[in-house]
Amino acid sequence: MANTMLEVHELTTKYVTRFREDVYAVDHVSLKVEEGKSLGIAGESGCGKSTLALSLMGYYFPPLHYMSGDILINGTNISGMKPDDVRKSILGREIAYIPQAAMNALNPTQKIIHFIEDVILEHDLYVTKKDIYERARKLFETVGLPAEVLEKYPVELSGGMKQRTVIAVSVLLLPKVLIADEPSSALDVTSQKMVIKMLKQLMEAGFISSMIFITHELPLLYNVTDDIMVMYAGQIVEKAGAQEAVFDPLHPYSKGLMGSIIVPEKGLRDVKLTAIPGVPPNLKKPPMGCRFAERCKLAKPECRVTSVPLRDAGNGRTYRCILSENELREAYAREAFQNAK
Amino acid sequence: MPSDKKICLSTSGLTKIYGFGAHRTVAVDHVDLKLYEGEVVSIVGESGSGKTTLAKMLLGLISSSEGDIYFQGVKRDISSQKKKQEYWKNIQAIFQDPFSSYNIFNKIDSVLLDCIHMRGGRNLSREKKVELMTEACSFVNLKFEELTNKYPFELSGGQMQRLMIARIFLLKPKILLADEPTSMIDACSRATILDMLMQLRKEIGMTVIFITHDIGLAYYVSDTVYIMEHGRFVEFGSADEVILQPREPYTQRLINDVPKIYEEWDLSTV
Repeated sequence: MANTMLEVHELTTKYVTRFREDVYAVDHVSLKVEEGKSLGIAGESGCGKSTLALSLMGYYFPPLHYMSGDILINGTNISGMKPDDVRKSILGREIAYIPQAAMNALNPTQKIIHFIEDVILEHDLYVTKKDIYERARKLFETVGLPAEVLEKYPVELSGGMKQRTVIAVSVLLLPKVLIADEPSSALDVTSQKMVIKMLKQLMEAGFISSMIFITHELPLLYNVTDDIMVMYAGQIVEKAGAQEAVFDPLHPYSKGLMGSIIVPEKGLRDVKLTAIPGVPPNLKKPPMGCRFAERCKLAKPECRVTSVPLRDAGNGRTYRCILSENELREAYAREAFQNAK
Repeated sequence: MPSDKKICLSTSGLTKIYGFGAHRTVAVDHVDLKLYEGEVVSIVGESGSGKTTLAKMLLGLISSSEGDIYFQGVKRDISSQKKKQEYWKNIQAIFQDPFSSYNIFNKIDSVLLDCIHMRGGRNLSREKKVELMTEACSFVNLKFEELTNKYPFELSGGQMQRLMIARIFLLKPKILLADEPTSMIDACSRATILDMLMQLRKEIGMTVIFITHDIGLAYYVSDTVYIMEHGRFVEFGSADEVILQPREPYTQRLINDVPKIYEEWDLSTV
């Protein structure tokens, strides 16, 4: 049994708007990431993916507020800690976070090595600059970045290179969990591939113990992570292994997402892309019943009234729907048959 | 392509050079492009390959350094503002960033009204104009009643991009140039936007030029694919030919770099 690196129980966080309205962007989310594993989070924009990432760090600043639930990193509970303590003792060592535009974190007036010194000295005062340089060089070599980058200014690097540099810097303190929030969506396909390769190398070399990867590009998620979790309107609607989530999705929302996959492979032109009609619900007043009912093709009258709990489907698989596995699969098969006609 | 189809837009030896001396950069290098009527063409390339420069030249937003553009067999003339406006009735564009495509001081009504005026509907009655605008909005699944008296920044990115398509619906141009129309939108709304564009294309029978770096998207929508590298077309042909049996190493690399679901994604080749 592998060590559990990150465990989250019923985490709920909210945003408070300037009109004092509560928006529950993360609603009773539970998840578990084991050592050496990676978890992917998928969903439309506005589904709470990025808010979940921020909440997991325990770094709460208004308008984001912590409500309830536990976040355990390698056994220590970090929920309810003060932001300042979190920054000093948790960020970097336990959890590292890569935002979408990570490359903007670099100071244009200073060399990369200065940035690295800043990061390390903030956590460890008694290191010499020579040691820091050696450490950085070793890490850069492992991930295939040339050591000259350390002596360069950010303007001298390309976008993909900057992104990889920031990722390398963020794992300098050997974090337990790395949260990557769309790390490659601003890059072209070749740089994207380099970033992914680097993340995999970091995992193999032991610089990070586990990873959470957030993106809306499902083909990417399928290739990177072991498990996929689909979020909708702040809730988890499905969690499954990558293979199962892409080829045999259970929840109607996951099914809809998988219908929008575009890959340059044979057979793509024969399928019609299926878009999910409508927009996600306004979380200021979330619907009483199933949050997806408004947009769901299989919705029944009772869906709109009763809230649906997460159901276990075996093999560590869960989904949030009142229909049983067989009923759902049958409905999808019928739909596919009708489309074929 | 069948030979009986008419050529809609073509270029010969189109070149754009930025800067001079040591800073001389050839962005587009002697490009020959032939567009047939009713065709969907994709131009695929990495960032910095000159896709957008080519698009801007086709639109007449920047001048070319060398070479000519022929519109329906006649050499394009946009020497005066009036001729330019006449040309833009035939060719319209959707850009990557919907947030910067609108005049932020104008309300949505006036955005759509301008389109009607451009098609010569200046003298229509107010009711007729509203009817036209409602029709255009309902084509893209937006409600016109909810949009009146709103400014573009009050809409989401997906809604703005859909409004852009509503504009095209009103303008009915012969050629639509879509410059990365879905790269700033999430995967789910992307399918909606693409569906609408393709439906619109069928309805008014226009020629579409798709400029994208997403080779999967190009394969899904287009009849002909052009692969661009360093300002030149390195490979072109029907979508099936280019994507499924790529000949050039550059095309092969582009396709290999895209994550796939049925085939192995080889990470060792970077």
